[in-house]
Amino acid sequence: MKKLINSPETVLADSLVGVAAAHPEVRVDHVNRIIYRAAPTRAGKVALLSGGGTGHEPLHGGFVGVGMLDAACAGAVFTSPTPDQMLEATKVVDGGAGVLHIVKNYTGDVMNFEMGAELAAAETGIEVAVVVVNDDVAVEDSTFTAGRRGVGTTVLLEKIAGAAAEEGRNLAAVAAVARQVNESGRSMGVALSSCTVPAAGKPTFELPEGEMEIGVGIHGEPGRRRVPLAGAAEVARLLVEPILADLDFTGAPTIVMVNGLGGTPLIELYVMYAEVRKVLEAAGVTVARSLVGNYITALDMAGCSVTILKADEDLLHLWDAPVNTAGLRWGI
Amino acid sequence: MTNDTVTLDQLTGWLTRFRDLVTDQVSYLTELDSAIGDADHGSNMTRGMGAVIEKLQASPATAVDELFKGVGMTLVTSVGGASGPLYGTFFLRIGTEAGPVATLDAPGLAAALRAGLGGVVARGKAEAGDKTMFDVLAPALDAFDAALVVSSDISSAARAAHTAAQSGRDATEPLLARKGRASYLGERSIGHIDPGAASTALLFQALSEILDGE
Repeated sequence: MKKLINSPETVLADSLVGVAAAHPEVRVDHVNRIIYRAAPTRAGKVALLSGGGTGHEPLHGGFVGVGMLDAACAGAVFTSPTPDQMLEATKVVDGGAGVLHIVKNYTGDVMNFEMGAELAAAETGIEVAVVVVNDDVAVEDSTFTAGRRGVGTTVLLEKIAGAAAEEGRNLAAVAAVARQVNESGRSMGVALSSCTVPAAGKPTFELPEGEMEIGVGIHGEPGRRRVPLAGAAEVARLLVEPILADLDFTGAPTIVMVNGLGGTPLIELYVMYAEVRKVLEAAGVTVARSLVGNYITALDMAGCSVTILKADEDLLHLWDAPVNTAGLRWGI
Repeated sequence: MTNDTVTLDQLTGWLTRFRDLVTDQVSYLTELDSAIGDADHGSNMTRGMGAVIEKLQASPATAVDELFKGVGMTLVTSVGGASGPLYGTFFLRIGTEAGPVATLDAPGLAAALRAGLGGVVARGKAEAGDKTMFDVLAPALDAFDAALVVSSDISSAARAAHTAAQSGRDATEPLLARKGRASYLGERSIGHIDPGAASTALLFQALSEILDGE
């Protein structure tokens, strides 16, 4: 394992020191491992709280700021944060209008956020709404699995719901927009390599030269099937077709993200984006907005994911609204 | 010699032995989790149980409910993942069921463990055969109860529970995972022991060893 770290045990704490030093617009609670906006929540604004295991940067801490999240709870690498963190963050960010918890659909995240919300209900009168993101078409959505994973759509949801909260919409309305994004967004990923969790010290799975893993998640959990490595055009087809088969994206403007998983250079992501656009054009899907880059990663995994969101006027308006975070910034 | 009660010291010893076992087997647990999960079960359990024992050494519990509620809260706040809420809820419910007592008799321990299992089911919604810690906990408690029908000796009941726990653990190998991250693998989860089932088997190994005075 070759990593730029001091020790596997201190990766999270050390990175939070760096975040605090680099971004004066956020405030880091190093004890509870929570990243807040430097300014307290404006009275009457719905607060957005997310969080999860680390290793997916810039998600979630890099999306704390005006136009997106109010706070992000950081867990250990690939491990959910704990209920006491969610309780503390909920208390701190509430501006009197309630708090929306944005949870990616993983067993640990769901259970820990659920206990956090139970504690908040027992200890405070703060109104909490929850949206669970489950957009990964690689996973069969059935009672025989933990359900679809929360992946790329999370980024788009945090941006769009964040804008809705910034506009002064109430908790029910912000939660409704968030659910609309989740229901209208789908993702699919591919890995060209595994990733190495610092504490484990070796790759989570073996992926031989010449093979790729289709339907991979963001934790190095193996995907659904392994196929010979193909060119970008073929990979784009393998990623986009299952998404289009799952939801009809024609007849509406879409927001399309090609996201790097951490170990793939931007030039390859643009090659992929060009191929994704060709597949979408052939399928009659209209692209209104695009995002290409590393937004929800899996440490050093090589590969990418494609997310397509079926939007409407309101979602595009919220997407275009100003945002000022370390990970996403425009219109300011 | 038979043993029909278990003391606060023995229960604390149980937890300490569990800490030792997960620490010794950290690589084994992580390896199981690499195959069908995200490679953190060993380090998470080691970190959580390390925190539990550290706290108990700094301020020993004075009653059984205090002991297990403290253990549960420490695990919930230090482990994360799915293991934190599941093991945390397990011990929290044991504490609530046991109450402010200094010792537990055999039926008392059985009822407390049963309440713990109820907590795991409420939190994780797992059923038999889903390839989770439930597949060790449920048969181990059934064996514990069945042994107590024959004799009130807690040590032999714990040995029976340990044997059933090992069988339950091994029986998860051919199962298709239906809960947790392993469920994403579909058919590829078959052929691997569930890491949560493996750590739960260590919990019963620890109980059996402590009650046998090892």
